[in-house]
Amino acid sequence: MNYSFLSAVAGVAVAAGLGATAASAATLDDVKAKGFVQCGVSTGLAGFSAPDDAGDWKGIDVDLCRGVAAAIFEDASAVKYSPLSAKERFTALQSGEIDVLSRNTTWTMSRDTELGLNFAGVNYYDGQGFMVRKSLGVNSALQLSGASVCVQTGTTTELNLTDYFKANNMTYNPVVFEKLEEVNAAYDSNRCDVYTTDQSGLYAIRLGLSAPDEHVVLPEVISKEPLGPVVRQGDDQWFNIVKWVHFAMINAEELGVTSENVDEMMDSENPNIQRLLGKEGTFGEAVGLKNDWAYQVIKNVGNYGEVFEANVGESTPLGIARGLNALWTNGGLQYAPPIR
Amino acid sequence: MPGIENANPFAYVSTETIPQSPPPTAEKGVAGWLKKNLFATPRDTVLTIIVALILLWLVPPMLNWLFFDAVWTGDGREACLGEHVGACWAFVEAKFGQFMYGRYPVELRWRVDLTGILLIAGLVPIAIPSVPYKRENALYLLVIFPVVAFMLLTGWPFLEPVETTRWGGLLVTLVVAIVGIVVSFPLGILLALGRRSNLPIVKTMSIIFIEFWRGVPLITVLFMSSVMLPLFLPADVSFDKLLRALIGVALFSSAYMAEVIRGGLQAIPKGQYEAANAMALTFWQGMRLIILPQALKLVIPGIVNTFIGLFKDTSLVLIIGIFDLLGIVQQNFTDTNWISPATPATGLVFAAFVYFIFCFGMSRYSAFMEQRLDTGHKR
Repeated sequence: MNYSFLSAVAGVAVAAGLGATAASAATLDDVKAKGFVQCGVSTGLAGFSAPDDAGDWKGIDVDLCRGVAAAIFEDASAVKYSPLSAKERFTALQSGEIDVLSRNTTWTMSRDTELGLNFAGVNYYDGQGFMVRKSLGVNSALQLSGASVCVQTGTTTELNLTDYFKANNMTYNPVVFEKLEEVNAAYDSNRCDVYTTDQSGLYAIRLGLSAPDEHVVLPEVISKEPLGPVVRQGDDQWFNIVKWVHFAMINAEELGVTSENVDEMMDSENPNIQRLLGKEGTFGEAVGLKNDWAYQVIKNVGNYGEVFEANVGESTPLGIARGLNALWTNGGLQYAPPIR
Repeated sequence: MPGIENANPFAYVSTETIPQSPPPTAEKGVAGWLKKNLFATPRDTVLTIIVALILLWLVPPMLNWLFFDAVWTGDGREACLGEHVGACWAFVEAKFGQFMYGRYPVELRWRVDLTGILLIAGLVPIAIPSVPYKRENALYLLVIFPVVAFMLLTGWPFLEPVETTRWGGLLVTLVVAIVGIVVSFPLGILLALGRRSNLPIVKTMSIIFIEFWRGVPLITVLFMSSVMLPLFLPADVSFDKLLRALIGVALFSSAYMAEVIRGGLQAIPKGQYEAANAMALTFWQGMRLIILPQALKLVIPGIVNTFIGLFKDTSLVLIIGIFDLLGIVQQNFTDTNWISPATPATGLVFAAFVYFIFCFGMSRYSAFMEQRLDTGHKR
């Protein structure tokens, strides 16, 4: 999101280093040989990858890695985690330190092309949103004309904000700060009416306010931040595995297969479910896995809806609505190609 | 004067000493102390009242936050929510294991504890001047202990291995600080001597080394070691990240240490060097027996300053994804189970308290050593 000089330098260095570190061909063989998936995660982002009381990693991004491990080893715990800062994440992937980067990374063209990476899908559609006090009585961002808006300076967030208000012929008073903590404190002490940053961040920030229930995140999303898992370019088999683990979880939700009923579903007559669970066809073997690969993912980790609910959904303290991340059949964007 | 004892020719001269009377009430006890120290002059009185008011304004809310309104037990953020809730100590309680050991496997944490006990068992006797066997003790601390500690912490080669990526918390803070201190001290002495050497190559190399490491920020060193280094190495060679940080920190602080020690060397009069030569001591003998004992004693405050700075700088390893005490405290702010308005402040107060214990300990010990080694050079 916010490009600093250092990350720009790192990016150039990664690009320059590409020639030297040709991606080792068969990541799957390496992973099988060492017996675990090395997964790059964030250094701590609520609901996406954060440690629990026992120090185990939990979150949407973490569950994707656990899914990949389940597909390969039938054991979702065969994962080792590398917490990575935003600056070092691409180098770590490029240099082979990690096998898959699942770290709330926005899919952009330059990352997909210049950096020699492949995005294996979008496991969370994020985007910039607005949070306001319920007492304001506002229920749409279009009613925010004349409001004072707290925003972190020097980020794309600030630029998106300007564009959005200009495009809708509205005025606003920016209240800018250098540090995230300062923005939080300013909003909490009523120095501005509106707080804007990525929606997933707004939900986490809301939890840290003195009265979380008095604030509401407005439905409008004014920028595109598709977050997804990343792999090295040049190893299509591994790329396919990560991509299809993600798709299998979405397909499972669409077909109503959950970690609880997956064993009963093995007897289902539905050909789509039979293909998903490996009763019919040899789809697993085509990517170098066993045919029950998707069964293992669903059994050990769950379908996409379960993972979403368990980590960030309405039942968690974050309480994020499905919104854009609902299935396409429910008006969202999560859509997976069929397994056939 | 023999006459005085026998007879008293003058009736108005007292024959016995007047008994000592107690000091006036204004000079003794609490009142006296207060008058002397706090209310001696009108200016003192005004200052005392102002300070007392400030304390009265600051201390009760602080105590309320820290103790009386604090939440001591609970297993989630709900416990720490509400209007008048102070520190959320339940958070520290739930995360204490992580703050100390990071993600070191729970069933193997006895190895870290044992390492700590072995370290204390070596440090305490060497720190107390009257305990004998200093030479054997130093041998244990500098040779045997590092090997044993390495084997215990990493598990290599007999125990179950634990990768350094799972280390964290106070464990990492202490590993980085202790390795930095132990390596930078001898290296700093060598560099300081090298910089004052008459041999042109040694001198030039020392100057280049010192000026290079002093010229770059520690963040850059760590960042280079974690982001750039892997790109220059072949794909199948991977250095441990913690090891890279350790080397970076050690080299960085040795440059600072060298300059502190050089200050001490410069303060030794030329006569001392000439005396060493006149005694037909070799260069190293002269340094060991005459120059360095005097020079190092002079710069104890500077050395300890560098050590304390180094101890606090260890928190910078956070930017390369190593979680020292401060890093792991901050990381746990993102646990959705514990996010609350009180959580960050509580975690940071706890981290500050731990840092303070160590830094204050080092500073007091150095003051004690200065006093002990004081051989009358004070003016």
